[in-house]
Amino acid sequence: MPDMSVNLCGVKLKNPVIAASGTFGYGMEFNEFYPVSRLGGVACKGTTLKERQGNPPPRIVETDGGILNSVGLQNPGVDRFISVYLPWLKKQGTAVIANIAGNTVEEYCEMAEKLSGTDVDIIELNISCPNVKHGGVSFGTSCESVAEVTSQVKLRSKKPVMVKLTPNVTSIGDIAKAAEDAGADALSLINTITGMRIDIKTRRPILRNNTGGLSGPAVFPVAVRMVREVYKRVNIPVVGMGGISKWEDAAEMMIAGACAVQVGTANFHDPFACVKIIEGLEEFAKSLGLSSITELTGTLKEW
Amino acid sequence: MRYTQETGVIIEKREIAPGIFDVAVSLPVIAKAAHAGQFVNIICGDYLLRRPISICGFDPEKGTLRMVFEIRGKGTKWLAERETGDTLDVVGPLGHGFSLVDNTKKAVIIGGGIGTPPLLPIAKFYGGNATVITGFRTASAAILQEDFEAAGAKTILCTDDGSAGFHGFTTQALEKHLGNNECDIIYTCGPKVMMKGVARLAEARGIACQVSMEERMGCGVGACLCCVCGTKGKDGDAQFTRVCLNGPVFDSAEVDWDA
Repeated sequence: MPDMSVNLCGVKLKNPVIAASGTFGYGMEFNEFYPVSRLGGVACKGTTLKERQGNPPPRIVETDGGILNSVGLQNPGVDRFISVYLPWLKKQGTAVIANIAGNTVEEYCEMAEKLSGTDVDIIELNISCPNVKHGGVSFGTSCESVAEVTSQVKLRSKKPVMVKLTPNVTSIGDIAKAAEDAGADALSLINTITGMRIDIKTRRPILRNNTGGLSGPAVFPVAVRMVREVYKRVNIPVVGMGGISKWEDAAEMMIAGACAVQVGTANFHDPFACVKIIEGLEEFAKSLGLSSITELTGTLKEW
Repeated sequence: MRYTQETGVIIEKREIAPGIFDVAVSLPVIAKAAHAGQFVNIICGDYLLRRPISICGFDPEKGTLRMVFEIRGKGTKWLAERETGDTLDVVGPLGHGFSLVDNTKKAVIIGGGIGTPPLLPIAKFYGGNATVITGFRTASAAILQEDFEAAGAKTILCTDDGSAGFHGFTTQALEKHLGNNECDIIYTCGPKVMMKGVARLAEARGIACQVSMEERMGCGVGACLCCVCGTKGKDGDAQFTRVCLNGPVFDSAEVDWDA
């Protein structure tokens, strides 16, 4: 049997499949389909310093091969995350990744400090949410601001820091390098690609927020290319995500350079998507005679 | 495990009005757990998002679920093209349904268009104590009248164009009914503007009212926070609440209609 565990910046994941932030809540709902302890980890819903109500509906629309969402970080705030949701999830026996989003650098730091005293395994720095007016993606689109927020959070965090990158940039390689140089322990990518759908009868955007973030199979090739580009630029672990819906996609992402993957939108179509991907990857590793799934990472033979 | 993913075979299918289909699907686990006002989430061909379809009936003994849906877009068109013997990938039962408390009380049930099907189990519960007011664009679009009558309920049919029954809106028929009859509880499902009108009439008379909300949905189980509707928080603050998990059925007093 191949060893399915992977080491993500010092944290052992039992397998390389993590449920992606914003698609999985805190795992409670999907735990009604299967025990979330099956997962390598759960990246929790993006958390802010104070409670947020998010954007007015409609917040979701289907596109060819994907969805656009504009939830806008509705969440109960970091204190309630720590007191209510974290203890439950930690008890299930899976790695807990806290995803944090701030309006200011200081807010990111304050949340990182609060989380440093908890059982959270990794902090995922969300500098890539396209659906909020302040903060979010605005921190993720220039090398200077990425470096600033990453280095400040690193000074105040006792937990490993994984920086989640936005694809809405000119050079994701440069952004990744800036995060690494500022002290990031790992990188995760890609967050959603900003998009829009219009109702041609009313001539209004279907989403009340006008724009939203595109995810699902439609973005997968973009994500693979970006993961590859980032893998070649940095020496820290890369977690790949964006449109992974079956084990073959996860294998592709790992071959491109990901040490682990996150699965998001696929959970909406098939609530058992993560479990099927874990099982498929294990069979694949077995068929290749690998002793460890980690042997797959970065083995792409480029032309 | 509270949720089930089940593969069901279509045992019956009828087009009961133009573009409106009535299907019975063999889903023993879901049928046993189902409650009035809940819904299921169905994979429709190659479309990424499952389509939420309300439950019109459930027979725990036979293990069947009845759904009445209208072709609204590509997904429901795919669903309407399935035939007897075809299988469906269904997740359910989902959501918080209607509270059915005491069938000796007088219930008034108001349905608008394709919002009518999930109300049938309520009429079956209240039987002769239920009055069902339903509204449709025109006579040919009217559905389920015989089913409500078979449940023992009194029916008042309304049409926008006057081609059958009362020429006018369900809210007008409701106002008239409440003027002459007892009513302990109101249930409604249909267009938001209609439900808002029903809720106002109920609240003005101090009658409890349960409304079934609709919103574009993602995961269907409460994880993604896409399908929210406006509700009033404890201190009257505006907040967004998940239609798929905390709803679709809400106490009308909780709903912030202008959000």
